[in-house]
Amino acid sequence: MTDTSAQLGGKRKRNYVAVLGFALGAVALLVVAPAVLSDFRLSLLGRFVCYGIVAVGIGLAWGRGGMLTLGQGVFFGLGGYVMAIHLKLADAGPSGVPDFMRLYGSGHLPLWWEPFRSPIVALLGVVLIPSLVAFGLGTAIFRRRVRGAYFAILSQALAAAFTILLIGQQTTTGGTNGLNGFRSFFGFNLFDPVNKRMLFFIAAVTLLVMLAIVWQLYRSRYGELLIAVRDQEERIRFLGYDPANIKVVAYVLAAAMAGIAGALFVPIVGIISPASVGVVPSIAFLIGVAIGGRATLFGPALGAIVVAWAQTALSESFPSFWSYFQGALFVLVIAFLPAGLSSVNLLRGLSLHRRRAGTRTDGAEPPPPTRPFDAVHPPPEPDLSGVSAGSEAGR
Amino acid sequence: MTIDADYLELSEVRVVFDGFVAVDGVSMTVRHNDLRFLIGPNGAGKTTLVDAITGLAPATGSVRFGRTELIGKKVHRITRLGVGRTFQTASVFEELTVLQNLDIAAGAGRAALSLLRRRSSVPPAVEEAMDTVGLTAQRNCQAGALAHGQKQWLEIGMLLVQNARILLLDEPVAGMSAEERVQTGELLRRIGAERTVVVVEHDMDFMRSFATSVTVLHAGKVLSAGTVAQVQADPKVQEIYLGRADVAQ
Repeated sequence: MTDTSAQLGGKRKRNYVAVLGFALGAVALLVVAPAVLSDFRLSLLGRFVCYGIVAVGIGLAWGRGGMLTLGQGVFFGLGGYVMAIHLKLADAGPSGVPDFMRLYGSGHLPLWWEPFRSPIVALLGVVLIPSLVAFGLGTAIFRRRVRGAYFAILSQALAAAFTILLIGQQTTTGGTNGLNGFRSFFGFNLFDPVNKRMLFFIAAVTLLVMLAIVWQLYRSRYGELLIAVRDQEERIRFLGYDPANIKVVAYVLAAAMAGIAGALFVPIVGIISPASVGVVPSIAFLIGVAIGGRATLFGPALGAIVVAWAQTALSESFPSFWSYFQGALFVLVIAFLPAGLSSVNLLRGLSLHRRRAGTRTDGAEPPPPTRPFDAVHPPPEPDLSGVSAGSEAGR
Repeated sequence: MTIDADYLELSEVRVVFDGFVAVDGVSMTVRHNDLRFLIGPNGAGKTTLVDAITGLAPATGSVRFGRTELIGKKVHRITRLGVGRTFQTASVFEELTVLQNLDIAAGAGRAALSLLRRRSSVPPAVEEAMDTVGLTAQRNCQAGALAHGQKQWLEIGMLLVQNARILLLDEPVAGMSAEERVQTGELLRRIGAERTVVVVEHDMDFMRSFATSVTVLHAGKVLSAGTVAQVQADPKVQEIYLGRADVAQ
């Protein structure tokens, strides 16, 4: 048996929209941005793309999985520090010791630094260390049925603890200063503008690959299962599933993405310190996702990039006012568009409403979630009134 | 999967919440092909008993399904043994379609990696269940948009595709129209031909029309059990539950 033609039609349409989105994203990131932006701006955009990669993971865990991950800075930091340790060791040369250790410490390399001298171990570590930590934490947390606000508080506390740990380890992690002053990246000189552009391309392609992975997940049976777990976690047990396993998969993937983003962030920005992995950046990751549309495919990454870009642009014109802009934007989006800015998709709104008017064959994709922020706020109503009004007027 | 294996045998099941005894030493046997109604006044412990069987409420005593002891097992493990249930308030996945709901119910045994692929075709069991519960036309509807009765049928359909051999239904006809009740009763008879069905119910007319056997619970204990006629004739039942007016008919 195959699906009905109506459903196939709906699937084709969604595929078409997604492919179009990928094409636009690829052109914008790989062609337009390098052509239009100065090296400085391109490097900034590279940093925002890293935030976008974290956001893709948050969209998966939070938007689809209902896990309010307030501590992604931990995984971002794990990936970032692993990469930074490798770069410091590579700069120091074979069996050398990084500069800051000679300044503040005994001048001896801590034992746990040594494995990351190997580029392969470092690259594996970037992905595997955040994944394993997330697997351990996720298994412990979800098996004990900790969820909602308690999960959010726990992950937030983790981010706070992580920064305290880093700051306390002045001689091995650089303390508050973090790790910085990298000169090369896998043999390429980091001061060369060509290599800097190449880093941007690596980050941009990574973002597109992560989006493709999540796209496949959303279309798969696992994606449907994740929505089921988000909306009715207890019910799924009575169908013979252990929801903890399903949640752990999404949580680990989100952590791996954050780790990869952290690793790319290090050579692009040139520093990783507790200030970029703690509570505040962890919340900042989330704001972009919420504004962009947490349950959509492109919303989280777009939201993260746009919010970060707006932060830089507005801070340049109105220094010290950014926090107010950010707060106001957040409040407005949550109040009027709880599913994020991506829910204002006029094209999709029009076509959906036309078909709804006839028969309900809107296919398998769920609409934006009706319970945003279920963990920390009372559930607001799904707000599609703006969209429907627009489409009604359009007819 | 012999008929023997589909025996549900409860002995001395007790459920205590903070000193309150909700189920107090219930013993009963439900045979294969039975359409057993579990009735009793509010607070008699009917739903709690279903919770105990399915692993949701902590219980002592013994619940055996075939040769397997269920007490102490986790909810999803009990489900995988072939014990399925529904809830008083229909709990389907409202943002997913009828087809997706059924497909998830059919998938507990799927290999983890196969979940990462899209559904390329509808499993035959899903197609069959959609037909049995009469929701084929609504296959691409979001479950949240279904009528109340249809949601209950979707839940029953989910039990069918998950291959439950014993179905525990908690007030499946509550809130249904008279016509939907009859349809549900006939559906239960149809699917009960190959399975065992236990229905928790308040609706006496519905019970009289469709029950094969009845167990009456009162204050956590079994008050009476037998056929509809036997139970109705039991003076203890008349006194506490069915009401004299009801029996006088």
